[in-house]
Amino acid sequence: MNARPRANGAADVMLDVKNLRAYYVMQYFGTQREVRAVDDISLQVGRNEIYGLAGESSSGKTTFIKTIAAAIRPPLTVIGGSIRYSFLDRDIYKLDRVALSAIRWRYLSYIPQGSMNVLNPVRRVRESFIDFALPHMGLPKQQFFAAIIAHLERLQLTPGVLDAYPHELSGGMRQRIAIALATVCRPDFIIADEPTTALDVVVQKSVLELIREAQREIGSSMIFVTHDMAVHANISDRLGIMYAGRLVEEAPTAEIFRSPKHPYTQHLIASLPRIGDLSAKRALTGAPPSLAEPPSGCRFHPRCPLAMDICRETHPELVSIDPRHRVACHAVSPAVGPDRVFAAAAKQRTGLVQ
Amino acid sequence: MTSDLLNLEGVTKSYASSGLLARKTFNAVDEVGFALDASRPEIFAIIGESGSGKTTLARMILNMVPTSAGTIRFRDKALATIRGRRARLDFMRQVQPIFQNPYEAFNPLKRVDRYLYATARRLARVGRTEVDRVCDEALRKVGLSLAEVRGRFPHELSGGQLQRTAIARALISGPALLVADEPVSMVDASLRMSIVDLFKALRDELGVSIVYITHDLATAYHISDRIIIMQKGRVVESGDARAVLDNPQHPYSKLLKSAVLSPDNAETDEKVADPSVLPFDTRTV
Repeated sequence: MNARPRANGAADVMLDVKNLRAYYVMQYFGTQREVRAVDDISLQVGRNEIYGLAGESSSGKTTFIKTIAAAIRPPLTVIGGSIRYSFLDRDIYKLDRVALSAIRWRYLSYIPQGSMNVLNPVRRVRESFIDFALPHMGLPKQQFFAAIIAHLERLQLTPGVLDAYPHELSGGMRQRIAIALATVCRPDFIIADEPTTALDVVVQKSVLELIREAQREIGSSMIFVTHDMAVHANISDRLGIMYAGRLVEEAPTAEIFRSPKHPYTQHLIASLPRIGDLSAKRALTGAPPSLAEPPSGCRFHPRCPLAMDICRETHPELVSIDPRHRVACHAVSPAVGPDRVFAAAAKQRTGLVQ
Repeated sequence: MTSDLLNLEGVTKSYASSGLLARKTFNAVDEVGFALDASRPEIFAIIGESGSGKTTLARMILNMVPTSAGTIRFRDKALATIRGRRARLDFMRQVQPIFQNPYEAFNPLKRVDRYLYATARRLARVGRTEVDRVCDEALRKVGLSLAEVRGRFPHELSGGQLQRTAIARALISGPALLVADEPVSMVDASLRMSIVDLFKALRDELGVSIVYITHDLATAYHISDRIIIMQKGRVVESGDARAVLDNPQHPYSKLLKSAVLSPDNAETDEKVADPSVLPFDTRTV
C-alpha cells in the first residue's frame, strides 16, 4: 500500500506514550479544580513516520504535544503515564534541566503554532539562528554558518534572509525560516503544532511539501497537529483523532478517510467541503464539553447521534478492531457490536416519537 | 435607471511604496468592476491569496478607505459623496462587516452583549425597552439566543459561537449587504461548514447579499453564486462560481485550484503535488 518504510516491531518505535494524563491543576481558596486536557492517552510513533493529530480547538492537542516535549509549566501537571523516546534511556521527565536542554533541538525540535510570528521582531534572522541552533550544533561559527546557508538553500531560501528582520519577509518565508530552524540540527523527532493554519492556500501547499521533504531527507519522525482534515489527508501517514482530551480513533490516514468508525471521525470526514460536491453538509450540534467537568461515560455522548444508555455510564476503552486501527466507541467495540447499537438507537427514536 | 445594490467601476487603490525621493506607487487594487443586482440577493465570492488586494477592496466597499480612482456606488449613491454623521450611519445601517478573527474583533475585556446593544441602539435606533428583543431576534437568526450570550466574555464562547454572534451583530440593523472578510479562516475546520451554510440561509431567507472574501475555494464553491479571482489587485477571471471553479481558464485560477488540498489524496502515496509547479511567492514583493 505504501512504499515508505514503516514502523513495525518495537525496535522502530521512536516515541512510546503510555497512559499519559496531564491536567491543569488549580487551587482556589483551598478548593482544587482540575482541567483534564490530556486524559489517558497511549500512542506510538514509528521511525520515519508522520503521525497526524486531529481534533477541534480545546480538544487537548496542544497540551498533549507540550507534555511530550516536556515543555510544561504549572498549572499544567503530569499526573501519570510515561513518555519514552528511543534516543533516551529513560522517561523524559526523569531528565534534569541540563540534559533536557541538551536533547532539545538536537534530538527533539518544535515548529510552534503560528510559527510565522515566533521570530524575534527586533533581531535579525541571523541572531535567531545563533540563539537557537549554535549551542546545539557544537560547530565553530564559520562552519556553523556554512551549514546554515546550505540548509537554507535546500529549503529554497536565499542566504540573504539571514540579514533581514522578520517584518521584511513574507509570511511564507517566515514560516520556512521557522521550519529551517527546527530542522537545521537534523533532529530525530519533530513536533509541528498547526504550522500552516495562518497561511493561505498556495503558500500552505508549498510549506507542507517542504515539511515533508525535510522530514524525508533527515529521516526523522514527526507529530503533526492541525484541526484541518484536508491537511492531514495530504501529509500524515497515520492519524489520531482527539476529542475532549482523549484519543477516540487511530488508524493509517487512508483507512480513516475510507472507513471512519467513530461517529465523531465520521462527522469530521463528512463535513469536509470539496470542489465538485454540492451536497448539504451537516454540522454537529452542541459545543465541545468543558474539560473541567467532562460528561460522564463517553465524552462524546451529548453530541453523538448513536448515543445509548451505556455511553452515559461507562467510558469506552480504545480497542483494536484491526491490527492498525483503534477505536474508542461502544458502538463499534466487540463487546456491544454495531447491530445492537443500531437497534438500540432505532428503539430510542421510536420511543421519542411516542 | 439601474437597480444595482452595489456597483464598482474601475476601482483602484494605490499606495506609495519605498523610496524617499523617487516615490513609486503600486496598485493594491487595480481597475476592479462588478455589480450586484438589488432584486436578486446573491453570495459574491472574491478569491485570491494574501496580498491580492481582497481586503483592501472590502475596506473600500465598507467605505473605510477612499478609492484612488473609480467609483463605488451603493444603491446608486457614490460612497465618496457620503458626508456627515447622519449619512454615514445610514450607510452603516445597510452595509455591515464581518471580520476574520472573532477573537480579535471583540475586545476580550468587554462582554459580548455590549456590542449587540450598542449596535441596536446606535444603528437600529431601538429604544431601551426593545433592545433585548431586537438582539434576541438577531441571535435567533444565527441559531443562538440572548440567554446564551448575555453577560459572557469572548473567551467564554467557542470560536464558532463567537463568529455567529459577530454575524448576529451585523444583522441587527437589517442590512442589505454583508461584507465578510475571511469569516471562516480562523474557525475550526469542523465548524466552518456550519458558518458557511448560515450565509446561504441568510441569503435565501432574509434576502441579504453577501460579499464573501476568502482564499478557501472549497467553501466558495459550496455557497457562492458568482466569483471573481484576483491576482495582484487585478481580476483575472470572473463568472458563475461552479463554471469557473469546475473549469478554470486563467493560469492563476488553475494554480489556485491545484493548491486546494483535496481530502481524496489520503488514498494516494504521493501526497503533496510536485513543488516545482508551485512557486513559493506568486506575487512580486
